Formats: sequence, C-alpha cells, structure tokens
Amino acid sequence: MNPLELYRVVRLIRRFEERAIELVRSGEIVGGIHPYIGQEAIAAGVCGALRTDDIITSTHRGHGHVLAKGADPVRMMAELAGRVTGLNKGRGGSMHAADFGLGIFGANGIVGAGGAIAAGAAWARRYQGGDQVAVSFFGDGAVSQGVLLEAFNLAGLWNVPVIFVCENNGYATTMPVEGGVAGTILGRGEAFGMPSVQVDGMDPAVVYEAAAEAVARARAGEGPSLIECMTYRFDAHHTFEHKARLNYRSEEELATGRSRDPLDIAGARLSTEDREAADAAIEELLAEAVRFACASPKPDPADAMDHLYATGLRARTGASA
Amino acid sequence: MAAETLTLAKALNNGLRKAMEDDPKVVLMGEDIGKLGGVFRITDGLQKDFGENRVIDTPLAESGIVGTAIGLAIRGYRPVVEIQFDGFVYPAYDQIVSQLAKMHYRSRGKLKLPVVIRIPFGGGIGAVEHHSESPEAYFAHTAGLKVVSCSNPADAYWMIQEAIASDDPIVFMEPKRRYYEKASVDLSVKPGSLFTSAVLREGSDATIVAYGPMVKVALESAAAAEEDGRSIEVIDMRSLSPVDYAPIFASVRKTGRLVVVHEASKNLGIGAEVSARVTEECFYSLEAPVQRVTGYDIPYPASRVEEEFLPDLDRVLDAVDKSFGW
Repeated sequence: MNPLELYRVVRLIRRFEERAIELVRSGEIVGGIHPYIGQEAIAAGVCGALRTDDIITSTHRGHGHVLAKGADPVRMMAELAGRVTGLNKGRGGSMHAADFGLGIFGANGIVGAGGAIAAGAAWARRYQGGDQVAVSFFGDGAVSQGVLLEAFNLAGLWNVPVIFVCENNGYATTMPVEGGVAGTILGRGEAFGMPSVQVDGMDPAVVYEAAAEAVARARAGEGPSLIECMTYRFDAHHTFEHKARLNYRSEEELATGRSRDPLDIAGARLSTEDREAADAAIEELLAEAVRFACASPKPDPADAMDHLYATGLRARTGASA
Repeated sequence: MAAETLTLAKALNNGLRKAMEDDPKVVLMGEDIGKLGGVFRITDGLQKDFGENRVIDTPLAESGIVGTAIGLAIRGYRPVVEIQFDGFVYPAYDQIVSQLAKMHYRSRGKLKLPVVIRIPFGGGIGAVEHHSESPEAYFAHTAGLKVVSCSNPADAYWMIQEAIASDDPIVFMEPKRRYYEKASVDLSVKPGSLFTSAVLREGSDATIVAYGPMVKVALESAAAAEEDGRSIEVIDMRSLSPVDYAPIFASVRKTGRLVVVHEASKNLGIGAEVSARVTEECFYSLEAPVQRVTGYDIPYPASRVEEEFLPDLDRVLDAVDKSFGW
C-alpha cells in the first residue's frame, strides 16, 4: 500500500474532525459528534485493503470509516451540518451517515449493532457468487453486546466473508476495558474458530497488512477473521465532554496515549514535499467542505413524511390533525 | 425541612441515595454509572459513598444487565438498572417483556421482582434517533409491568423511592430534557402516591393531560390560554400503567374538552388509550372529540429539525382552539 495514500487518508480524517469540531462549537453542527481523532490509522489501513464494492458497517464514531471508504468529504460535512446537500440529505447526521453506492452501510447509534448487519451483507454476497467482503468496525465496548457474539457465531458457522475489526481504544465511553471485558477480545474470536490477531492500531501500514491478509482469506472463501487494533482516542468520547470535564483519564495517561500519533507515524514515511502537497490539497478540500456545508439549505420539515414507506404510501399524517 | 432549589437530576440522585440508605438490598447497575456517575450524572457520587458492590459499572450489554438484575431480584435484592439512553433499551426488550414482566404471574405470585428500569427518555437535547426516543407505550402495553414518569424535582425524589420500594417491576421514564431544570421543592412534603395522577393547575374550560417532559409545555400552554380568557386544567398522569383515570374523568366531566400531549408518536400512543377511555366513560360530557398533540409518526428526526417534531406551546394551543371551535 502506497505510504502517501495511507498518510493522505489519516490526514484527511484528522483535519475533517478538527474542522467538524469547529462547526460543533459554532452551532452549525447540532448535537455534537464523536471524534475519531487518534484512531485514523485503523480506518485508513482497513479501508485501504478494500474495494469499492466491499461493504463496511460503522459505529457512533464513524466519520473516519465513512471517509476512508471513499465518501465525499464535502457532502459528508454537509450531512453533519444537517443540510439537504448531505450524503443522506441531512437526515442521518453524524451518527447515521451512509453512502450505499460506496458500500458504506452506515454509522450506527447502537453499540455492536453493525456486526450482524455486516455478516448478513457478506453472506448475501457469498450466495450471489461474488468475492466481495464486508468489514464490521466496532469498539471494545461492543464485545460485551450479545448481538456481536451472535454475529461471530453465525459468521463462523456459515463461513461468511466478514472481517470483524475491533478498535480497542481502552474505553467504552468512560469504562476502561479491564472493567468491562472478562477474558480477552482475541479469545472471543478464537472461541468461534476465527483467525484472530492483535495489531498496532496506530500504524496504518501495520493495520493494512493485517487487513489485507484477512480480506484475502475472506475473498478466497476461507471465512471470517477478527482483528483487534490497539489504539487510543485522543479527543473526547463525544464533544459534550469539551464542556463537561469527566476526568476519567489522567493528564499523564492522555499525554502517553497521544505520544504515538498515527499522523506522525504515517508522515515520517514521506518526503517533506509530498507531505506538504498532500496537506495543502486536504486544507483546500476541507475549506470547500465547510463553505459548502454552511451555505447549503437546511431541510424543509414539510417533507418529513417522505420516504417513510418504500411503496410511497403515506401513513397517518401525525399530530397536525 | 425548608424548601430548597434543586434540579430534577439532583432530586433523583437524592432519592436514589435515600433508597440506598433505607434498604441495603438496593443496588444500582448500569453503563458508566459508578466512577463517572452516569452520562447525565444521576448517580453522581453514589459509588464513592456506597461502594462498587452497590453501584455497579456494567459492560455495554443491556440484555445481560436486565437479566442479571432479574436474578438478583429473585435472590432478594432490589436492583435499579439505568439504561443510558432510551434507544438502548431495545436490546433488553426480551428480558423486560418476556421475563421480568411475566415471572410473578407465571409463578402465581411466588417470585417477586422488585426491579426498576430507569430510562432517560424523549428529545430536546440535540441528540438523534437511539438517543431521543419515547418507548413508553411498548412497556405500558405489556401486562405485568408498571410504567411511570416524573415531570418535576419533587416527584422525581419521591417517585424513584416509591418505585424502588415497590415489589413490582417498574419502568421509570425520566424526562432527560428536564434533568437540569431547577425548582424550589420541599422534599419533606410527599406528593400523591406513585400510581396517582395529579391536577397541577385547576381550570374550567378545557383539560390538558400530559406526562414527563410535556407537563411543562402543558402548564405553559395553560398560562398562555389564560391570557386569551380560557381556564385550562392541567393533569400530570405520572403513572402510565396503570393509569389513575378518576381525576381525568372528573376533569373532563367538568370542562367537556380534552387535549392529550406527548412526545411519542401518535399511532397507538398513550394518548390513544386515554382518548378511548375518556370516550367510553365521559361520552355525554364531551363538547368536542379528544385532541392529541404528539410527535409525528416518523422515526425521531435529525437534530436540526427536532424542534419541528416536538409538541410545543403553539401546537397545544392550536389543539385547544380546535376543541373550542368544534
């Protein structure tokens, strides 16, 4: 995998998140976001091993996955700002952004819920004879959810071409992994007969290697894999933390956690010229994204009933009667 | 005890603390409730004072949490489960509806399940679906469960204690958008018991029935209507299952007009049941059909447009007008 391309994705996600946080603060993004800052290497490495026709399911902290899989950052920013020009016409927002044409089956507000959806999507492709795979991203908190373990079982049982990618950032919101996970995360994968590896989630090249191997296995019909990426969330669980100091991580821990920055790791592999050129192009793109998002119209509540049913039947007209 | 000013969140916190002091069998369970004190800080400081065995930080596993709470209750504990956000209760739905609700009945009274499921519910905080929902009707529909909702700090303080003391499983709906609103309350004065509705404002021309976060909107609407010369009675249901209908029937027999307000969607919501019951019992007193002001029959919308979804003063007053114009 081209180091420049890996760096570019890491940098794009980092700066996208920073620009999005600015829009949260200015009120253009209503309701806040779950920033992906610090975990960018995972999305970059995993999605780097995927094709456009492969599928991902994402999490509440999903911007990185959506961007790395190829979504347009401009329309993504508009989605976060709740504008009609957004990926989902402003009706999904940060936690439900999706682009089905690119195999992005959506961020998700429910922890662990994407695992079974990814397994189902991958299974369907296998039935259809294709060699596409699906990736389910989830955090360390999700390994406590029953539905994820059910998905592990079904995927193993049916030899489904799905790669389960755990982003272990050490915390389920504020609960440390050691307080919420009995045994190990890898052990869960092994228990269901999946090849399971733990990798450095701060280095996109390392993540890519592990993902490429798992993807190759899945494409060859050899079934599911689990990759546990060890990472650290540099920013808040959610931007509300910027106001409410939750104090579940010490300053020392934060400093240690941030000391290995995927941006530096990926950037060190490039020439200064390449890095600066990539940075400049991303700044320009994100400036356009912010401009476009803020200039785009807000949704018209009058169309709230549209798309409730695929058959076009309008249901009850709600409370206006 | 003199009146003091406190938020609904702090009143719940005080109520939980009191319940834990009164009964060593009371244990709290939930995600981020211990060390952090809950994402809404309802359990703030309780783990520090009562220890990790009574304020239990759980993994993210709602079905497992409720199932474990059922097991604890069978062995004599009084678990209080916090569901972090309304939309997170659905993974636990099977445990609540198929196990918790039915075991007392199934065991012909042998098993008592004093479990409280606390759910911060409703919108108005800039969250989206999964974080702003009003699932109360699902639970009110299920025989064997009781469902209550507090609307103000005094009720919050007393109702949570009564719910914990009750031997039945109770789904306790907390109006999250009102958590940090303050009121002056005298906690020594106990309001009506848990399963009673309360007339919060007397009136003679029309009745507004609401619960949880919409009680405030109902009271503001009544105050605004007074400026138009209309005298509106406001009733806080407090208990959604069972419903204390007597004050509602008495009010409708007096005013002849009823508007029911809730955030949840209209279709088969609590308002549908209240409307049906009032029609059955007060048919000859009604001057107009019962009006319902509710969320629309769509999934909870994106943050930017949620104010369009939530019933507000204008929509309530429009319904009052419609009732008078009949």
